[in-house]
Amino acid sequence: MAVIGDNLQAAGLTPDDLREMLRRMMRIRYFDEAGVELLEKGQLPGPMHTSIGQEAEVVGACMALRTDDYMTGNHRSHGHPIGKGAKTRPLMAELLGKATGVCRGKGGSMHLADFSVGSLGESGIVGAGMPIAVGAGLSAKLRGSDQVCLSFFGDGAANTGPFHEAHNMAATWKLPVIFFCENNGYAVRSPMSDTTSVTDIAVRAVSYGIPGVIVDGQDALAVYEAVAQAVARARAGEGPTLIEAKTYRYRDHSEMGAVAAQLVPYRTDEEIEAWQSRDPITLFKATLLEREVMTEAGISELEAEVKAEIDDAVQFANESPFPDLATAYEDLYVEPIPFHKEVR
Amino acid sequence: MAERKITYYAAIAEAVTAEMRRDPSIFIMGQDIRSKIYGDFNTDEFGDRVRNLPISEAANAGAAVGAALTGMRPVIDFSMAPFLYSGMDQIVNQAAKARYLFGGQAKVPLVIRSTLFYGASQAAHHTDRPWPMFMNVPGLKIIAPSTPYDAKGLLTAAIRCDDPVLCFEDSSLWGTRGVVPEEQYAIPLGVADIKRAGDQVTIVAISGGVRTAMTAAQTLDKEGISVEVIDVRSLVPLDYATIFESVHKTRRLVIVDPAVRTCSAASEIAATVNEACFGRLDAPVQRVNVADIHIPFSPQLEKHVLLKPADVIEAVKRVLAPTPQSA
Repeated sequence: MAVIGDNLQAAGLTPDDLREMLRRMMRIRYFDEAGVELLEKGQLPGPMHTSIGQEAEVVGACMALRTDDYMTGNHRSHGHPIGKGAKTRPLMAELLGKATGVCRGKGGSMHLADFSVGSLGESGIVGAGMPIAVGAGLSAKLRGSDQVCLSFFGDGAANTGPFHEAHNMAATWKLPVIFFCENNGYAVRSPMSDTTSVTDIAVRAVSYGIPGVIVDGQDALAVYEAVAQAVARARAGEGPTLIEAKTYRYRDHSEMGAVAAQLVPYRTDEEIEAWQSRDPITLFKATLLEREVMTEAGISELEAEVKAEIDDAVQFANESPFPDLATAYEDLYVEPIPFHKEVR
Repeated sequence: MAERKITYYAAIAEAVTAEMRRDPSIFIMGQDIRSKIYGDFNTDEFGDRVRNLPISEAANAGAAVGAALTGMRPVIDFSMAPFLYSGMDQIVNQAAKARYLFGGQAKVPLVIRSTLFYGASQAAHHTDRPWPMFMNVPGLKIIAPSTPYDAKGLLTAAIRCDDPVLCFEDSSLWGTRGVVPEEQYAIPLGVADIKRAGDQVTIVAISGGVRTAMTAAQTLDKEGISVEVIDVRSLVPLDYATIFESVHKTRRLVIVDPAVRTCSAASEIAATVNEACFGRLDAPVQRVNVADIHIPFSPQLEKHVLLKPADVIEAVKRVLAPTPQSA
């Protein structure tokens, strides 16, 4: 159900762009699968939230942005910087708490950021990225730049106060912001119907006098087109757009290991299988084959390339040293304050 | 040339205005800021760099963080200090942590101004002196000017600082006048000011507590008691060197802090002086704080709980009294 029409080039996507989209979607999936494996082997400390099943909406959104555009994210955090073009080696090293990590081992899985590609930070605080995106949009506007900022957030975050505050501010000031709701139907383990007054988050756009768009989050091209339109509107000074991508995560909210089995089930196998039957990567591959952008062989080759890249990232992360202990006391201030000597 | 005197209130706007002229990446936003209720900011000169905010403290603070992360230097006016709580997540989890969490990739050159409105029958929702809560957050810097000269110089330094700085302005000082040079100057953060030299007791005072301490010092002077009054001016970083040096000389310390007592700045200073100067102390360090109570509305009740020079005088006399150890 690609909305993009027959001529892909009309949307500004070249065959290279489309291959890049598939590459980034595969990167996210293999990166997350590798992360799960490392976690299960006990090599990855702390919590982890995968984006497996949500790759199309992440990449479709990011491909509509320029590298110098900004992005804020949330706890489901690996896909966003990968989608925005971040290198996978420093991201994987960060997951393992290594010195070569993109955040020097200070942030870990939930707090990835890669400022070199406009990734202003993922966040362990649900809803917190939206006001920061408003600020990035305000900054672009005050500097006279045509940069935009896209904020990824979930359906759960749509119930936070900052959702409302950020939408109102961005709409009032006509800021170049795209509010991008990744609606995967569940806030941790609570279904949306338990917690949310509406079935579509996008209808809330009416309250702010801005466009609200619902898009099939499993269709990368549909997402791309919706975001590209919102980006054009933002760059033209017409203000923000709220886009809601209907999507699904195949795995639990976070990796819980044996604990998950002891909790009350919240999704049926049928539901999960129904979503898996519309797997975003499978769908996108079919589109590329159908439109003769890629061949089966070309796709297999790309798949092998991405797998090798992720294997290399894991190896790099594994072989990287842990941070020097003294670095625990670095990066707090630009102009540091000496610690009391008994502290160190 | 006669030295120019202006009010504390005017000094604040002068600092922000001069910095905005110097650097186009600086802008100010606050609720009602364009109405000039919280300072005379020139809307004609600066246009949309003086921005009225909706009453959305979380997003107000978050927007300041986002702007700071992307090359701007926002100054945000939170007006009343207890309103900071509505923006707490963005101040604590984002502004203070972004640089650390992201391994030094980010800087957050942001100034958050807020005013203390105690002593004017504003009751408990407008009167807190909440700096100790923020002193408990690594990643923030905190200033609390007590004179017009310091207000201009400290705020200028805060705006030039690449780290997030909270500026607590004391409304009870708004009308006070003092000598303030017209040219721009910055007072480095973390440098205390000895307001009055003395050799018997050190009084370390914070914000509006400085005036209370100075009044007490004059009375004590008439009684032949010589006190040294130190205004910390900046709470993070805190100039312990100056405090230690004074305590080494006087061997007695009283801390005057208008915030509530438990886990206060006074508590922290007392503990640190204890660790560093125990052998030099002739008496236990005394904290003069507001008790662990909210500020009541009724003028009589409010006066009753706020600090008075008599509280300081009493504490000074306590540290001068012979203790069981020294008797």
